[in-house]
Amino acid sequence: MVESTQIAMKNRTGLQMSPTQSKELLETLKGVEGIAAPLSGDGHALAEMRSAYCAEADPLGTMPAPTSLKGVAKNGAKMLTGKRPQVLLDKLAERAAFERGGTRLYEGILVKLGSEARASADGIPEDLTETVLTQIRDQEAEHFRLVTECIEQLGGDPTAQTPSADLVGIESMGLIQTVSNPSTTLAQSLHAALAAELIDHDGWELLIKLAQEMGDSPMVSRFNDALREEGEHLRRVRSWYEQLTLTDGGVA
Amino acid sequence: MALQLFDGKGTPLEHQRFTWRELVQKPISKLDDDAFTRVRIILMNGIESEAVRFQHLAARMSAPLRESLARIRRIEHHQETQVNWLLGADHSPLETTIGYEQVAVEVTAAIARTEPDPYVAQALRFAMLEDFDHLYRYSALMDRLTGMDPNNILQCYTDILPGRPTSVEHRSPENDLCEPWDKVKVQPLTKLHTLTLVSGEQQTHDYYMHYGPSFADPVARQVYAEIASIEEQHVTHYESLLDPSLSLLEQWLLHEANEAYNYYGCVQQESNPRIKAIWERMLDYEIGHFHHVAELLKHHEGRDPQEIFPDPLPDPFPYASNRDFVRKVLVDEVSMRKNGTRFVPLAEESQASIDYREHMSSQGSPTEIVACDYRWLPGTELNRKAAGF
Repeated sequence: MVESTQIAMKNRTGLQMSPTQSKELLETLKGVEGIAAPLSGDGHALAEMRSAYCAEADPLGTMPAPTSLKGVAKNGAKMLTGKRPQVLLDKLAERAAFERGGTRLYEGILVKLGSEARASADGIPEDLTETVLTQIRDQEAEHFRLVTECIEQLGGDPTAQTPSADLVGIESMGLIQTVSNPSTTLAQSLHAALAAELIDHDGWELLIKLAQEMGDSPMVSRFNDALREEGEHLRRVRSWYEQLTLTDGGVA
Repeated sequence: MALQLFDGKGTPLEHQRFTWRELVQKPISKLDDDAFTRVRIILMNGIESEAVRFQHLAARMSAPLRESLARIRRIEHHQETQVNWLLGADHSPLETTIGYEQVAVEVTAAIARTEPDPYVAQALRFAMLEDFDHLYRYSALMDRLTGMDPNNILQCYTDILPGRPTSVEHRSPENDLCEPWDKVKVQPLTKLHTLTLVSGEQQTHDYYMHYGPSFADPVARQVYAEIASIEEQHVTHYESLLDPSLSLLEQWLLHEANEAYNYYGCVQQESNPRIKAIWERMLDYEIGHFHHVAELLKHHEGRDPQEIFPDPLPDPFPYASNRDFVRKVLVDEVSMRKNGTRFVPLAEESQASIDYREHMSSQGSPTEIVACDYRWLPGTELNRKAAGF
């Protein structure tokens, strides 16, 4: 199989691969006799059309109503103090959606690792093993269960798709497409995982701040544990990605 | 109140037009709008798509009708655009697919419950159990590929359970055919029901063919390939119910009546007032089309359109969960198979179908693979520990 960074004279996308055709194409920059030039404009109309739609658009959706009296009582007290538990609930649902997607992402990376290791274990970092990846995957699944419990404690519905959870689904589509593509390498898949871990890390930091504002110390403590684990995920994934890329570049 | 096709004239053709801005409106909310609003949008997109497709086919076979076909087809196309574009971009292809199968299950079930012809009703129930299984397989795919919960789309209206397994739905082509009804003896409602399902299955087939290759995951690509093949079978299945001796103009009139009938059902039951106003506009346009085609029928065939639609149309089917009906049909009929145009017990299935599917699945069945041990749980399979399973 041709490595993706090998020079194989097959990539046809750039101008330089088409010396004759590109010369003819570039003539159009000067104008072609008998063919009308494009209409002139400053490109504002594009932004204006988009702005008009933004102005009249509705939000993606709204937050579901609290489902338990205990949660309502607790939320209600915070509402009276001006706190916004709905923001915390929305962000918890976002985290839940992301952790579920992250679990599936790592299942995909496990497949990639197995496939590349069978082809050749050369260049694969020593600590990038099935055991470690499975541990990360299992921790993502535990994080999902953690936030689900917290949502229930706050009187929310953990099965609801909130606006932020919806958004995460859209954002994650590209990450899933990358990892599930048989043509992507382990390094390329880890690039997708790196993007996920960076988002995840900041997401947990924000959850901690929100929980602190709500004055929920037990929740803050559990979130800090999750953040520590996510920090380790980020460190490892970043390291693996760098090592694989530098190895591929003949630098490592 | 029943729809009276001959009471009003609808919107005149020369007033049926849109601007681009009108065609591309605010989409519905995936989170806040009722699932049946999405069901109606998907169904009516299919109905309009069928209108455009039929009117292209008709134009290949009739020179005198070409100008009328071109005029009305342009309007149908723009109607299709306005309707289909009501689905927001936060609907991923897989989420939309779940929506499509919900349409297939709930609309087919609703229609089967009121279908007056017993053979046609059987044909409806038969295919419904297959679409029900597709919903289960796509749900497994959604959970296992993306970690998302298909019930966020279904909103608890539709069960997620195995139906007649997709792997046994593959039949040799002659066994997808049904006995056509007789245009003189059959009730008008049966004609409308048949055309509604032909439309729905064709658009579902086209959607899977269009989006299947957009997935990077090889399991997803194979699942879409396998289920798209069944949808092609379903188009054959329903289409073969149509009386082939229907004239082109009678078919066209039937199409316009069916569009009006279905838009009427949407108007009556739509919960979103903004979308309801769209259905009202569309209904008026279709009544306008109906009367234009009715005049063509009088002129070219010397026939009275009221002989084809003598009475007010029946009440449209309800947009509501058909859970109990689907479960009963599942228990009673999941083992049914086809032998030619007959619906038969398992032991009497055509050997040609068995041979065909054994070859197609000789390198594995993607729908079996994707859903191995899959059981829907609230919040996905990853909630299994929390749910005590």
